Amino acid sequence: MGAALDKDEARFYRCPVMKTIRIGAGAGYSGDRIEPAAELAHKGKLDYLVFECLGERTIALAQTDKLKNPDGGFDPLLEERMQAVLPACAAQGVKIITNMGAANPEGAARAVAKTARALGLEGLKIAAVVGDDVLEVLRAGDFELMDGLGRVATLGNAIVSANAYLDAEGIVMALDGGADVVITGRVCDPSLFLAPMIQAFKWDPRDWDKIGKGVAFGHLLECAGQVTGGYFADPGFKDVANLARLGFPLAEVAEDGSGVLTKVEGSGGKISVQSCREQLLYEIFDPATYVQGDVVADFSRVTFTELGPDRIAVAGATGRARPDRLKVTIGYKDGFIGEGQMSYAGPGAVARGRLALEIVRERLKIIGVNTTELRGDLIGVDAANLSAAPAPAEDPREVRIRVAGRTTTLRDAERIGAEVETLYTNGPGGGGGATRSARPVIAAASTLIPRRAVTPRVVTEVA
Amino acid sequence: MKLRDLAHVRSGDKGDAAQISVICYRSEDFPKIAAALTADVVAGHFAPILKGAISRYEAPQLGALVFVMEQALGGGVTRSLAIDPHGKTLAATLLSLEI
Repeated sequence: MGAALDKDEARFYRCPVMKTIRIGAGAGYSGDRIEPAAELAHKGKLDYLVFECLGERTIALAQTDKLKNPDGGFDPLLEERMQAVLPACAAQGVKIITNMGAANPEGAARAVAKTARALGLEGLKIAAVVGDDVLEVLRAGDFELMDGLGRVATLGNAIVSANAYLDAEGIVMALDGGADVVITGRVCDPSLFLAPMIQAFKWDPRDWDKIGKGVAFGHLLECAGQVTGGYFADPGFKDVANLARLGFPLAEVAEDGSGVLTKVEGSGGKISVQSCREQLLYEIFDPATYVQGDVVADFSRVTFTELGPDRIAVAGATGRARPDRLKVTIGYKDGFIGEGQMSYAGPGAVARGRLALEIVRERLKIIGVNTTELRGDLIGVDAANLSAAPAPAEDPREVRIRVAGRTTTLRDAERIGAEVETLYTNGPGGGGGATRSARPVIAAASTLIPRRAVTPRVVTEVA
Repeated sequence: MKLRDLAHVRSGDKGDAAQISVICYRSEDFPKIAAALTADVVAGHFAPILKGAISRYEAPQLGALVFVMEQALGGGVTRSLAIDPHGKTLAATLLSLEI
């Protein structure tokens, strides 16, 4: 025995009164790796495991699935993720919270109940949080789109879906009801993590300082591996070990809103002050004004302190009163995008690539392909590096042309890639490796609606 | 000295706006970087894509600057024709700036 206390005991003796919960991040986007969540479920000594899987247009795409299949419309990896973590979570009493319900949280809850039964976990309580679908509210009202895009009505029949960013309330209700798994559609991403803090610590949802602190943890965790060394490494400048086994983060949050970010011991990656600063500011505009459904958070005075390897204390976040209106993402059909690519190598590759781009532009005119927008890139020169920085004096060893255009018909979109392909036998010398694609576009626009127009509701399914 | 020796960067996006954070490795370099990276300098660097306004925020406690460029992503991730519709590759191009 001696002086060696295990970690939990040490924590207990340091903070004999304060309650602490451990929240892990199991996914940072819909296609994220599966095993890091299983590692957290088995070794993270968690109380909650949260999966954030909804991108801007995911619900619109899911809605089109639901129209084809009324039982579908939720995240395609839902069952696989649940199979990977449910047995460990059920055995240890870890509650799962996720927005994988997408366009159909109730259907997702039924699917999870089925998965749980197949794993022998009868009795598991699965709650769906609904109420984010506000398509009818938008149809009945006259709302203005954000970013100067006109009025919602101008999108007319092109609208596929409209979902409000709910706050933490619905998830808190589900946890109050004893849910083991909570499945939502659209909610503010940090609310997925904030809700268990509000519920476990009995926080007043209008204690803006605490809510701001909770949202800071939510924001740091919501992209999972992006705070543990993913989207970060730069060899020689920012080295991160073992990214192939990147460990996902967990937060130990105390009831006063203080806490520590860490990850499972022995997992890959690295949590550092630098990685935390990058993730805190990620997609934030004014660091003093981060508008969320639960609070207007202020991250401008946040501090990170390294307590030990992969243990970073977070302090200094705060907040002020939440907004009266909620953001709504509208998914709408926006025509088609067609694309084609072709490679050129060796001396003169850039000149041959530029010639190829000119030929395709002229060909699209000759054959009458109607594009509302058309672009030609030289991958290796100016496709991703769109800055004004001067190009290196020497030509690259190879380039790849890429032509992409927006059309109103699928047929026209297909003809763009087809024209690139014809360069094989009709274009500059040495063109190889043509690829082509054409796809319908579901675009996203935003508006704001009064908070009172939205009421979250919980529907429970028992496995 | 290049920005890459003094700071690290990250790109994000919201709608058609590109967001870039520039964060000092050492807090004592913050005044130098804040003086060099004006909104005009960054707007000039991204002139080929920037169609709207640029905003610049300072977070000295984090040793960080945040730039928000409106109408810089060709319509945003859901509509853009660009090979990188999120603009995730943008921030790294700043690292070649001389400070």
